[in-house]
Amino acid sequence: MKLNVLTAIVGLALLLVIFELLRRRQLREKYAVLWIVVGLGVVPLAVFPRGLDTFAKLIGVASGASLVLFLGVLLLLVICTHLSWETSRLEEETRTLAEEVALIRTQLAELDSRELSNDER
Amino acid sequence: MTSDKRVLIVIPAYNEGESIAKVIAEVHAELPGYDVLVVDDGSTDDTAAVARAAGAKVTVLPYNLGVGGARRLGYLYALRNNYDVAVQLDADGQHDPRNVPLLIDALETSDLVIGARFAGEGEYHARGPRWWAMRLLSFVLSKMAGTRLTDTTSGFRVCSRPLIEGYARWLPVEYLGDTVDTAVWAIRHGYTVRQVPVAMRARMAGTPSANPLKSTVYLLRSMITLLLALVRK
Repeated sequence: MKLNVLTAIVGLALLLVIFELLRRRQLREKYAVLWIVVGLGVVPLAVFPRGLDTFAKLIGVASGASLVLFLGVLLLLVICTHLSWETSRLEEETRTLAEEVALIRTQLAELDSRELSNDER
Repeated sequence: MTSDKRVLIVIPAYNEGESIAKVIAEVHAELPGYDVLVVDDGSTDDTAAVARAAGAKVTVLPYNLGVGGARRLGYLYALRNNYDVAVQLDADGQHDPRNVPLLIDALETSDLVIGARFAGEGEYHARGPRWWAMRLLSFVLSKMAGTRLTDTTSGFRVCSRPLIEGYARWLPVEYLGDTVDTAVWAIRHGYTVRQVPVAMRARMAGTPSANPLKSTVYLLRSMITLLLALVRK
């Protein structure tokens, strides 16, 4: 029973952290929803570890714990891929911004030098 | 035939303070009337100041993007400032500006003209894996373009206005993306690509990599680039 208490506390703590990050607007909603769903799924399992056994047997997995591990690894993989995709997109966005900054600075320098030569006249 | 067109010569430069002034001076001497834009790709040396002093237009990227990033910015500049022709020239001095009018004349019948090093002119050689890679690339791209392209990785290129519009939006930063990928993209989007033989000179600064391990890596990376370019939508 002791282990259940530990896992339940960890699960609840995770949920709290996510909620807090969301409340402070440190986490975009699209990610928060994902993590809250994961948290809400994990906490009951922490309290009732045997809860998935029947379902696991039904799809040919020996125990609920194995199923949770498998799904956990799968989820992490998907999330990693998603984050790589997201950074690629962000890099493309910052690249566009860098280009704009460069062009604006060049234009500004050209305007400045034109103004200078006008003043001299 | 070329006098009525507005031509922009784009030179991407990353820490090329040593050679850039010479290159700009040579372009001004050989091609009077053409505008020169140096794209400083986040250099840590005095590239931008040297280029400005040499009389070029200069645009400075806030951080290093890689040569593809610098090239796209060049095309964006050409697009926004209404140039008809964009010329890609390297800052290390291996591209001879005297060839530029030849390349621009070839634009009459095409959108992208590549200055090719292996087409009989000059003394550029490559051996081993690097040579195999270049052979494979030119074989595949020649088939696609329906014309002989012997030097697909050459950065010495001239683009027409429609292609400037395309490259200002789309030009990858990945390794070899600025050469192989862009050629494949142009062909697949219906632009006419052709080559003009040019002589290449030794670089004024820096050394080309001839190390066998590096050439093998080059071969592998160029194949990956080609494969991705071919399956891209």
